[in-house]
Formats: sequence, structure tokens, C-alpha cells
Amino acid sequence: MGVLFAIQGAISQGILWGIMALGVYLTYRILDVADLTVDGSFALGGCTCAALITAGVNPYLAVLVSIITGMAAGFITGVLHTKCEIPAILAGILTQIGLYSINLRIMGRSNTPLLKVPTIFKGLTGLTGLSQNWVSLIVGLIFTAVLISFLYWFFGTEIGSAIRATGNNENMVRSLGMNTNTHKVLGLAISNGLVALSGALVTQSQGYADVKQGTGAIVIGLASIIIGEVIFGKKSSFGVKLVSVVVGSVIYRIIVAVVLQMGLNTDDLKLLTAILVAAALTVPVLLGKRRQASSYDPMTGGQTGKGGE
Amino acid sequence: MLRISHVSKTFNPGTVNEKQALRDINLHLEPEDFVTIIGGNGAGKSTTLNMIAGVYPIDCGTIFLDGLNISRQPEYKRAALLGRVFQDPMMGTAANMQIVENLALAHRRGRRRGLKWGVTKEEKEVFYGELKRLGLGLEDRMTSKVGLLSGGQRQALTLLMATLQKPRLLLLDEHTAALDPRTAKKVLNLTEEIIAEEKLTALMVTHNMKDAIRLGNRLVMMHEGHIIYDVRGEEKKKLTVEDLMKKFEDASGGEFANDRMILTD
Repeated sequence: MGVLFAIQGAISQGILWGIMALGVYLTYRILDVADLTVDGSFALGGCTCAALITAGVNPYLAVLVSIITGMAAGFITGVLHTKCEIPAILAGILTQIGLYSINLRIMGRSNTPLLKVPTIFKGLTGLTGLSQNWVSLIVGLIFTAVLISFLYWFFGTEIGSAIRATGNNENMVRSLGMNTNTHKVLGLAISNGLVALSGALVTQSQGYADVKQGTGAIVIGLASIIIGEVIFGKKSSFGVKLVSVVVGSVIYRIIVAVVLQMGLNTDDLKLLTAILVAAALTVPVLLGKRRQASSYDPMTGGQTGKGGE
Repeated sequence: MLRISHVSKTFNPGTVNEKQALRDINLHLEPEDFVTIIGGNGAGKSTTLNMIAGVYPIDCGTIFLDGLNISRQPEYKRAALLGRVFQDPMMGTAANMQIVENLALAHRRGRRRGLKWGVTKEEKEVFYGELKRLGLGLEDRMTSKVGLLSGGQRQALTLLMATLQKPRLLLLDEHTAALDPRTAKKVLNLTEEIIAEEKLTALMVTHNMKDAIRLGNRLVMMHEGHIIYDVRGEEKKKLTVEDLMKKFEDASGGEFANDRMILTD
């Protein structure tokens, strides 16, 4: 029974974190940039949201403000990368490190509990009489459905197509009269807006914000994307790809829940995540090499260099 | 039309790799001029095209296009006036996007891009007709990813994209050099056809002397960053490959025989 309960929690957590993974997907797969702002902007969303709610702001409005702060963080990374010509990875790390201090300033301390204040989830639990887990699940699904529809529409528009092309062939985009810097900044802002939104929802759902809550978020986002690709394949349509990212996030949370139930120490969780991502990235490479090697013998008529085998 | 005055460019100034790519270039194009540019390796042919397109900033001089001073405009702004096809077939198209999406991006060159749908129904019909004209069967593969096409198909597509929105000036940078001879011929015929039909002004860099003589109404020869020869009209029509080789040997002091120009027929 413990495992089932843990899995139900894992699904709702996976969906809320899946919004963060969607943000990572925009930069990693569409813009072809590894954006490390994510760890900072996830915590930024959570910290902003918690600080605003404890100050008496409506929890929905707090989420909206969190999205805007996340977009601002992405904007800063984008400007550092495009205008100051700092490599994207370093630009992201700089924003991320800076955000740590900003997050502490926003909350005034390293941890803010949301015990005696309203949250979206508490409000809906009271209203519907459903359990916290179900409410998290439903809220997560609604947000994800709206966001996936929005992203699907946006990347079909003129600006959205131009952003996709920028991640594909910058040279072409410039030669067709478009400013690739604008596209990169816009893409990074939207991505980090999604990440901060996820941070705000996770914070309200777990009932506290912590300045360290974003640590490792980028790796979890990558894990979700890769798990999704393993399941749905790399050649699916754009809409399916977006869904697969969220599904990947849910599966990641289920894996975590199961190994924790099996007695894994929570301290070892980050190591497990790192190994999971490394393995998921390595396996396709090794399989490709093996396929190449195994097709060599028959195609060369058995006359291989390795005599005697 | 195009007026380049006293343009120079030095790469890596003050280092051992210093290279004077362009030295006091002056070139004036009339509307509907179709100019072929030839010259050995490092003569400054591609650099001239890149300076017009704004890939690198020029050190001095001015470039006017249709009376507009574009000397210091960023690449993406000048692109509104220019159509470009590159030597590398991979450079002009987005591999992970559909043929129709690539065309739609090109169709909006120089226009504001908003939140309207990226490809409209009317556009798809226009693109179908244009692709059919290429005669490569691409009109039936409009939703295929461009990465699935061959180099020649991609180059033909890039040519179509460069001229879909009529450019004030078409820049062709050895756009058939990476293709096999048969495909190169096909793409070159298409180029000739489109330039004639749309009455385009064009600059074409080539290594092939026969093509340089056969195509266009004007021929420019470059050597070590200088324009050393500029002929047009009847005089150009009478040129032979031997004349050009002679001209080139005079300018370069005999080193020409090693150049790959001599190998291309």
C-alpha cells in the first residue's frame, strides 16, 4: 500500500515538475542551448511565490508574478549571452549564482513555510473535499494542458517558427532578415517563465519554499526529456513531444518514489539522477556502435580483421 | 543600384595571421546586371559578397544599395534587400524543419513577423507551384524535413527561397561548387532561368571560367584583394578561357597554373 500511495504522490509531483521540464525542452531541444539558469529560476519562482503569499497576496496572483520574475531571469541570461557574447552555459551559471542571493533577499531567510496562509491547493481541497494529492494532480493537469496548447500554438506562429529555425540554423535565419539575438532572448525568457511557474506550483503544493529547492533541476529536466524520448521516440510530432516531456517527468518521479520505497537514502538521490541521465544518454550511442559493428561482418562476407573469431 | 566605394578589409590585423582580404574595392552595378566574379583562392571573391551581406564589418569605404547606405547596417537588416545562396548546401536551409516551413520563413524576408500562423493556406498553394517549377518533385514532399533532401535539392530550394521575395540583389557564392557536375548544371540552369525571368541584379562567384564567360553580361576578375579586370557586353562575349588565363597569369606572375581553376572545365 505504501508504494501505491507514494506513486500517486509521484504522479502529481511529476506533472508539476513537468512544467519545468517543458521549459528545459524549449532551450535544450528547440533553441539548442544548455541553459543552466533553470536551477536559479526554479527557486526564484518558489521563493517569490512564498514571499508574496506570506505577505498576504492572492496565491494565483503570486504565481503570475513568479512567472514574470522567471522571464526576467531568462531575459538576463539572454542578454549576457547575445549582447555580451558570453557562452550560453556560462551566462546561465552567472544568472543562477546571482539568483541565489536574490532569492535569499526576496524571502529574507533561507526557508519559508506556508503553514497558516492560503495556497491554491488548500483552497481547492476545502472547496471540493478531495485529498491534497488529487487536487495537485488535477491542478497540474489543467496547467499542463493549457501550457502545452499555448506552446503548440506559439511555435506554429511566425515568431515561433523563427525561434525554431534559430535553434536549427542561425546563419539561415539572419540571411532571411531576422534578428537571431531577439529570438534567443525571447526563447530563454519563455523557458524560464515556465520553470518559475513550476517552482511556484511545487512550492504551494509542498507547503514551503527553500532557497535550495532548485538545485539539480536542470538535470531532472534533462532526465524527463530523455525518458520521454526513449518512450515516444525522437520522430514524433511536436505536440506528442511536448506531452512526452511531461510523461517523462512523471516516470522519473515514479522511479524515484520506487527506489526510495526500496530503502534508498534520500542523500543519494542526486547521484542516482546523474547516473540515470548519463546512462540514458550513453545507451543509444553504444547501441548504435554495436549495430554498426555487428552489421560489418555479414556485409564484408566474414572477412574481418579480427581473425579467429 | 549597388555602389561599392573604397572598401577594404583586413582580417586579424597586427597578428602573424594578418590577411588583407580586400584592398580599395570599387564596383558599380547597373540594374539587371548579372556579374560573374572569378579569381584564385584567397582573391577576395567570397569576402566581397560577405561584405555586401554584412557578415563582417568593413574597415573603411561605403556600400550603397538602391541609394541606401548599408555600410554599417547589421546583417539581418540588410537581408531584407538581399537574396543569398551559399557554397555549403547545409547553410541556406533549416534541416529539422519542413520544406514548406523553410519557404514560409523565406517568404517573410524583410517583413515584420507577428503571432499570425507561420504558414498560410494561400502560401502553400503558391509554394506548390514554385516547387513544381524546379522540376525536382519536391512539390509532393512539402511536409518532408529538409534534412532528408540531397545537396542539389537543398541548393535548388535555397535558390527558390532567396528569390521568393524578389531581392534587390542576388548574391551567389560558388553555389554549385559542392555539387556533382550533373546537379551543378541543373542548379545553374535554374539560376539563369530565375534571374532572367525575374529580371534580377546578381553577383555570382564561380571557379568555373566557362560558366563565368557564358553566364551574365559582365565579368570581374579578382586577385589578392584587388579587382584586376572588369569587362561587359560585346567585349565579354568575345572572351575565351585562354584570354582569361593569360590575364590571370599576367596578374599573378605565373603561379596560376597551380590553381584549381584550371582543373574545372
